[in-house]
This record gives sequence, structure tokens and C-alpha cells, in this order.
Amino acid sequence: MNSTHSWTIAGIRSALQAKNISAKELTKDFYSQIDRRNPELNAFLALSPDRAYAQAARIDGAIARGGPLPFLAGVPVAIKDVISTSGVRTTCGSKILENYVPPYDATAVERLEGAGAVLLGKTNCDEFAMGSSTENSAYGPVRNPISLERVPGGSSGGSAAAVAAGLAVAALGTDTGGSIRQPGACCGIPAMMPTYGRVSRYGLIAFASSLDRIGPFAGNVADTAAVMAVIAGHDANDSTSAAVPVTDYAAEIEEPIKGLRIGVPEDYFGEGLDEEVRAKVEAGIALLERLGCHRIPLKMPHTDYAIATYYIVATAEASSNLARFDGVRYGLRVPGSTLTEMYRRTRENGFGPEVKRRIMLGTYALSAGYYDAYYLRAQKVRTLIARDFSDAFQKVDALITPTAPTPAFRLGEKTADPLQMYLADIYTVTGSLAGVPGISIPCGKTEAGLPIGLQIFGPQFREGRVVQLANAVEKAGGASL
Amino acid sequence: MKITREDVLRVAELAHLELTSEEVELYRGQLDEILNYIGKLEELDVSKVEPMTQALFTGDGSSNAGLGAASEHPELRDDTLSPCDVAEAILAQAPDAAKPFFRVPKVIDR
Repeated sequence: MNSTHSWTIAGIRSALQAKNISAKELTKDFYSQIDRRNPELNAFLALSPDRAYAQAARIDGAIARGGPLPFLAGVPVAIKDVISTSGVRTTCGSKILENYVPPYDATAVERLEGAGAVLLGKTNCDEFAMGSSTENSAYGPVRNPISLERVPGGSSGGSAAAVAAGLAVAALGTDTGGSIRQPGACCGIPAMMPTYGRVSRYGLIAFASSLDRIGPFAGNVADTAAVMAVIAGHDANDSTSAAVPVTDYAAEIEEPIKGLRIGVPEDYFGEGLDEEVRAKVEAGIALLERLGCHRIPLKMPHTDYAIATYYIVATAEASSNLARFDGVRYGLRVPGSTLTEMYRRTRENGFGPEVKRRIMLGTYALSAGYYDAYYLRAQKVRTLIARDFSDAFQKVDALITPTAPTPAFRLGEKTADPLQMYLADIYTVTGSLAGVPGISIPCGKTEAGLPIGLQIFGPQFREGRVVQLANAVEKAGGASL
Repeated sequence: MKITREDVLRVAELAHLELTSEEVELYRGQLDEILNYIGKLEELDVSKVEPMTQALFTGDGSSNAGLGAASEHPELRDDTLSPCDVAEAILAQAPDAAKPFFRVPKVIDR
């Protein structure tokens, strides 16, 4: 038996074609590994073996017939539990949806399965994707497979941990303020947030609609790009999905990076950045220079306002989106003598502390007398932050920053102080607000062996350039800098 | 102190949350701290800045922040009917359904 860790998308394809393994055997190996590791990691909340083995049987049938294999044939994948899966329980990490079974698939899930991927199950996350450590899940925290007393990052901590521990070859997460990239950095794997609108949000249970994006985790950059290629593209079921054509990521990834201008914004290297993280990210930039890129120092003066802007915009949208959880149509209902009492009791009992805190903050920011001072002002500052990016991309082809200010922190370290937890996203929320694509890739480790993430931002719809640079760093040994 | 106990109760009522007295005190302190931090947005002069309401485009079709490629408004779909035969599946998820309705506590007394 191959270690589940060593599988790549290309490796699976050739092993299946050479009949060294069947899709069924591969699926079984991954479920065995999940059985072994998940009790301590808590990365999966639900498994979908019926669906996985049915898909594996279809792939094995296609191999037996000698027919063409779809692009992701037999690739075991995990899906964050805020993304709808028909017939497979989807909780959003919340008690309010404890028994919710969606009647339909998200478009991203449908596309993955349509390309032959095997859906192993649903991964743990911060409740409604609100958090940076996966400690806000109603079903217990996820542990970082690199260091079990540390968080895997969040909110897509279960997806990141699953891939890092070899429990899936790729996974889908969602990123609203850093929830793909930051856990990718914490767990030492590539993790990509596409351009806003690049991947359909149909079937993604909404947190903040102007920011939410679905994106992939995988064991290497090429596999991350391969999953992107499958899930990207316009979807008539999501009116905010972009009609912009999807470029050929597999070809772009191989293009030489010599001569590309990489912007290094000084605002991402200031106070609060861990010294070990700074040193490794600097080493990553030096590596890119050795590969022929031109380092361009620049300023993005509104960076320091991004967390404040984000926590108004995102919570305002969340307070509206989460109004739908009222005990009427799905999920938990706590009875009350009046309709309002039922709403209030259901929401009080169904939502956890961080979700309530954000609903309160967002409701406050939108309420009479405060709208202009908070929400409207934040939307205007969002324009300034987006302009920082558009100005930068006049001068450079991509931006290089740290993904997070520190490596993975300890479980419980930040739970008592919400504002400290929010600051874990200080380098990721900017790109979220601007709508641009970004990736986090491994860039060396701390003395203690904790992974460090290097973040690459590109202009909107230039995912190809982002994975091109990421791939060059990976191939030149970025992970072991 | 920006946030009072009354503010918390007012917002909880708007948000349909029935907070315990411990939660009221906890959220008062935490929201106060978070809003103090958010107060830094007041340092910026935004009097001549348009609000960003969409990540890719604005209602008039122009690019919001000059970010390039996606300045076009996504095409609107044709206004045509298509079958949506999901009522059974949806009602099956309801905590209390009396087909074809969701049943809730009495709303109007008489």
C-alpha cells in the first residue's frame, strides 16, 4: 500500500491507468487513514462512503472499458462543511444546522465530481466560517497535524489539516478574510483564494456575500491549479460569477518567471510580524530574485485599515445573511409561545459565541444612526484599499507578502480575546476586500518546525500568474528555505 | 465607553437574539473594544471617495477601483420559467411542516 501522503493528481492518474491500484482500493486506503488519524485531528465532521464508492466504481468501470478518464478521475477530495452536498449532512460547524441535509450540490462540488473526483466527506470549520483557528466549531476544534497542541488556522482548518495529514489529496475551503490562505500557511500546504466571482458560490452557505470565495487546498501547486481549473468558470446559478474566460493554468504554471516584477509592500512587514516569519519570507523573495524577478519596494498605505474595514463589511453582511436561520424552514427550532420568542430562542441556542458577536456587531453597524459612521465609511475605505492594489498592479506583476503574522498558535491562546484573533488575518483581508486572487505556499519553517506561509497576490483574473510564481518557488525548494 | 448595556439590548432585539445577562455584559465589553479599534477609520478623509459595493463592478457597469479585466456587468439571464420541483425535498428539512406549509406559532391574536 502506498502511503496516502505521497499521492498526487498525476500519480493517481498513471497508477489507475497502469492498473497498479483501483479507484476503489485508493478510496479504501484513504478511509483507513481517516479512521486512524481523524479521532485526534477532528478534521472530518461527516464521511460519505456510499457516494465515494459509487464514484470509485464508475471510475473503475471506465478503466475496465478502456475509455478516457476524466481529469480528476479517482482523486479523493474533502469539502468544507459550509458547502452544500446533496444527501450529505452539512452543518457549517453550527448546532443550528446539526441535522441539515442539503437537497442539492454546490456547483463547485458538482464540477469536481463531474471531473471524476471522489468525495470522501465534509470537513470541520469555524462556525459559519467565522474564525481563524477552527476553535469556533460547535463540534470541537481541529488539531494541526504538524503539531497537535496548535491550531490548524481557520476557518477552513479541517480542509487544511485533512490535506496536510494525507487524509485527502485535495480539498475545498472558503475564504472570506483569509480562511483558505491562513490555514494553508499554518499547515504547510498550498492554498488558493481565486478572484471574487471566479468560482461559483452557488450552494455555498453565505457568510459575507461580497467577500466569500471557494478555493482549493492541495499537496503541491500543480494540483492546486488543477482543482482550480475544474471549479473555475461562469455559472448561471450565481449571478455574481464572472463571465471572464478561464485561462489555461496548466500551461501558465510552466511559463518562465524571469523578468516579472514582484512588489514588496513595506506595510506588510511592520510591527507585529514575527521575526522568524519575516526572515523566511525575505528568503522567499530573495529566491524569486535569484530566479530572475525584479523586486520593487512599494507602499500600500491603507493596509493598516483593512481589519477595521473588514470587520464592519463582513459582519454587516453576515447579520443579514444569517437572519435566515430562524427555526422556520430548516435546522434547529426551539419552541416559543410566539413567533418572535421562537426566533429568539432558536438563535440564542443554535448560534455559538463568535457568530452571535458578529451578528451583534453587524447589526449595530447597520442600525439607525450608525450606518453612515460605520458601514458607509467602511465601504469607502474599502475603495481606498482596492485602489492600493490597482495602483500597485500598474507597477508590478504580483505582490509578495507574509500570509500571516505568526506561525500556528496554540489551542486556546487567542480564544478569550476576539480582537487578537481578528489580527491573525491582517495580511489576508486586504486581498479579500480588493477582490484579487491570492495563494499561500510553504516558505520554510520556524526553529520549532512550524510551517511559514508566503502569500502571492495577482491582479483580478490572473490566477495563472499567481500559480506560475508559486510553482517556481515550490520547484526551487521554497518549502525548505 | 461607547457601548452601553442598553445598546446591547437594543441590538440583540433587532437581531432576534435572546441573550443571557452574562452575554449582555460580555458582548458589551467586547463590542466596545472592537468598535474602539474600528474607530481608526475616522482618521481617513473619505469625503470624496465612492463606497465600494461590489468586488468586481458597479451598477453603472464601470470598474469599481480600476482593477481591470472584470469591468463588464455580468450578463443578466433571460427571464424564463423553468421547473423547480423541490417543494417535497425542502419541506422534508422543516422542523414543523404541514404540507404545503411551514407551521409556526400563532402570529396574530384575536
